[in-house]
This record gives sequence, C-alpha cells and structure tokens, in this order.
Amino acid sequence: MEKLSSAGIAWRAAQDIADGAYVNLGIGFPEMVAQFQPPGRHVTYHSENGILGMGPAPEEGAEDWDVINAGKKAVTLNPGASIFHHADSFAMVRGGHIDLAVLGAYEVAENGDLANWRIGNKGTPAVGGAMDMVTGARRVAVVTEHVTKTGAPKLVERCANPLTGVGCVARVYTSLAVVDVVDGRFVLREKLPSVTFEAIQAVTGAQLHQAGPVGALVVPEGL
Amino acid sequence: MDKSVASLEAVVADIADGAVVMIAGFGGSGIPVELIHALVARYRATGHPGGLTVVNNNAGTGSVGIAAMLDAGMVAKVICSFPRSSQPQAFQRRYEAGEVELELVPQGTLAERIRAGGAGIPAFYTATGVGTELAEGKPLEEFEGRMYLRERWLKADVALVKGELGDAHGNLTYRLAARNFAPIMAMAAGCTIAQVSRLVKPGEIAPEQVVTPGIFVARLVEVPEPAQEEVLVRAGEAF
Repeated sequence: MEKLSSAGIAWRAAQDIADGAYVNLGIGFPEMVAQFQPPGRHVTYHSENGILGMGPAPEEGAEDWDVINAGKKAVTLNPGASIFHHADSFAMVRGGHIDLAVLGAYEVAENGDLANWRIGNKGTPAVGGAMDMVTGARRVAVVTEHVTKTGAPKLVERCANPLTGVGCVARVYTSLAVVDVVDGRFVLREKLPSVTFEAIQAVTGAQLHQAGPVGALVVPEGL
Repeated sequence: MDKSVASLEAVVADIADGAVVMIAGFGGSGIPVELIHALVARYRATGHPGGLTVVNNNAGTGSVGIAAMLDAGMVAKVICSFPRSSQPQAFQRRYEAGEVELELVPQGTLAERIRAGGAGIPAFYTATGVGTELAEGKPLEEFEGRMYLRERWLKADVALVKGELGDAHGNLTYRLAARNFAPIMAMAAGCTIAQVSRLVKPGEIAPEQVVTPGIFVARLVEVPEPAQEEVLVRAGEAF
C-alpha cells in the first residue's frame, strides 16, 4: 500500500495553519511541520521554555544553547520574537491563547482521547508539557503514521496506553488519510487516491465514517 | 544594602540536610552550574547537605549539574516534568535502584505550582491531567461546564538561579531563554541564591529592565563567564 512519508504528512498538516496563527509543535516529528509553512502566511511558533517567534535551527557551529526549543535543540529567534518565564509560557497555553498544537501519538481514540506520553507502565515516566498542551490549546491536531511499526492500528476505539488528555483531538493527519473526530466518531475527510476506503478501514481500529465527499490527499512530488 | 557574597563556597554554606531546593533551568539553559557544583563539592567534603528534594523541569544529564548531585548521592527526591534527557544515566541508575523518589508533574502545572507558591496561593484548578493517571487523588470541580482538578502550591527552602546582570539589591536580568523557571523559582523559595555573570552597581540595570526584583533574592555571587551545561555535556565533561 502506498503511504505518505513523514515530510508528506507534515506538509499536509502545514497547509491548514492559518495566517496569523500562534502554534506549538510537539518535540520530534511535529517540529517538521514548520518546514512546510505556505509562503505568504505569517505563523508565530511558541516554545514551552519561553519563546514566541521561534525560527529554524541555526547553522552548525552557530548554536546558542540559551536559544533552544522544547526538545532542547538549538533554534533561532525571528524578528519580533519575545522571551518570557515558564509560568507565562504556560498561561499562554492553559489560557487558550495558542491557536493550534500539533503533537505525535501512540494512539488516538474515536472519542478524541490521546495517548502519547507513555507506553504501558514501562520505564521512567516523563510527561513534559503534553498534558497542558492538549487541554489548553484551542485546537489539537495529531501527525502520525496510520499504523505502528508492527502494523497495529493507531486510530482505535479506546486508547490502551495511559491518556495524555480526554476528548482533545480535533484532526489526525496520517500516512494514509486526514481524519476528523466529530461527536465521538472518526470522519474520513481525505485519503490517498490510490488507497481504497476499505483498505484504510482494514488498518483502522475503529469505524471510519463518511460525511460528505472524501478529498484527495495529494502532496507535492518529492516529499 | 549589599546582598553580594564573595565566594561560591560561602553562598551555599548553610543549605541544610533535607532541604527542598529549586534549581532553575530547562535542559542546559539557565542551569546555575557553578552554584550546583559548589553544593556538590561541599557534600563531598562534609557529607552535607544530603537528602535533598530537587525541583527542576528535568532530572539532570551527563555527569555535571543535577546529574552530579545524583551521582554524589545527595538527592532523595526529584520533582520534575521530564526526567529523560540525552544522557539520563545518573537519574536512571538512582531511580531504578529505588534510591530516588520521583514526583512527576505536567510542565505547565509545575510552573503554576511554583508561581502559586511564590504568590501565596495555596491551590488552584487546572484542566491539565483530568482523566489521566496523574489526576489520582486530586479533587475535581466543574467550572462553566468543564472539569478541573486541584493542584497545590510548591514552595522551597532554597532556589538556585542563574542571572546575567545582578546588583547589590538582588535585582536580576537573564540571558535570552535562560530565563525559563528562574523568575518564578526566585519567588517561591525562602532563600534565593543567584549566580550572575556580572555584578553591577545599583542603577546600572534600568528599573524597567529588571526581570526579578531584588525583594525575591537573598544573596548573589558573581561568576564571570559561567559554564553552560549543554556545552559541558557535549564536551563530555564530568564534575
């Protein structure tokens, strides 16, 4: 089955980010969304450690380790950036001032529950700001492979792993489809043209619904 | 008024066994490396202070800073949001051996608990964590149709912070995003100790440029050209 690369998923997610939006990208894969911001749109990226107006990584050798993102990677400051303390940073989140948070997922359930911070009860638990982000941001989107590395569905009826937040996810961008959470159901909005509805349903752990036409999930060549 | 202290040794000399110590910083940025190492050196020489509770966003990395405290065996408990790092062995080893207790707190809740502690607000409600395993034992209440859980303030005996400029009154500025937890930790501790890159005369920091007003700072010590923890870790340094 054809599927999108990580870059393809990130590109698709970036197309939905509106001009003027304040956006938080989760550490790791979601950070890639910033690379595909459509030209002509101004998006302000928030970093939990206390930055608004975060820019891309500096050239190697030009890192300033007091300008880092939430994943502790070196970043830059765009013109108009601001720096603030941690309680203000999370007031922006908890107070509903961040328009969009984009996170990764272990599982998303059809009721919008998200599990993305811990697999079972193994290892040292580490939560970071994920729980704050999914309850505080005005809209929460997920970017993810459609299935796990072993082929298990990541879109499920109920999450088996510990929850990050309850009923928080609005949209999921996967390697096969764009799926919305609407009133406790997964609604298919877009799919790869080469993959049938039935084929996507077969690798989805909950019922997929259709509400209106299903668009073609097409990304630029080379991604 | 002169809150400046001449040496690192003197500025950490009275931190007691069992103290709750907030340590500013996020990753390596804003970690007061020299203050921490002065504390570790004192522990190695005297066996005190031990049994500390450390509050930081993380739980140390490599073999410097908070990781050096963990390696030394002077930490009984860590309160943090993210105890994993690029080189988490110091914490992992103590945690897996049951020698260090972990209280895991969502990052924004950690920040707000610290701010509440400094502002004299014993508890507050947040939606963060509702419906998750971190909600266990926390009272719930509905506000405007949404469920929130109650979190308590977090206060400390001591806070260690890293400023850029400081004056004898304790007024501080911070370098870039090294600010992170320092302003709120400075408010939440009974005794806030700052290391600053440059000690300046009162008035040299313009009043509107002061980030932490001196009322929140008990002592400060000048540490010119301080180490940056991330740089030390990348260079493979150990303390």
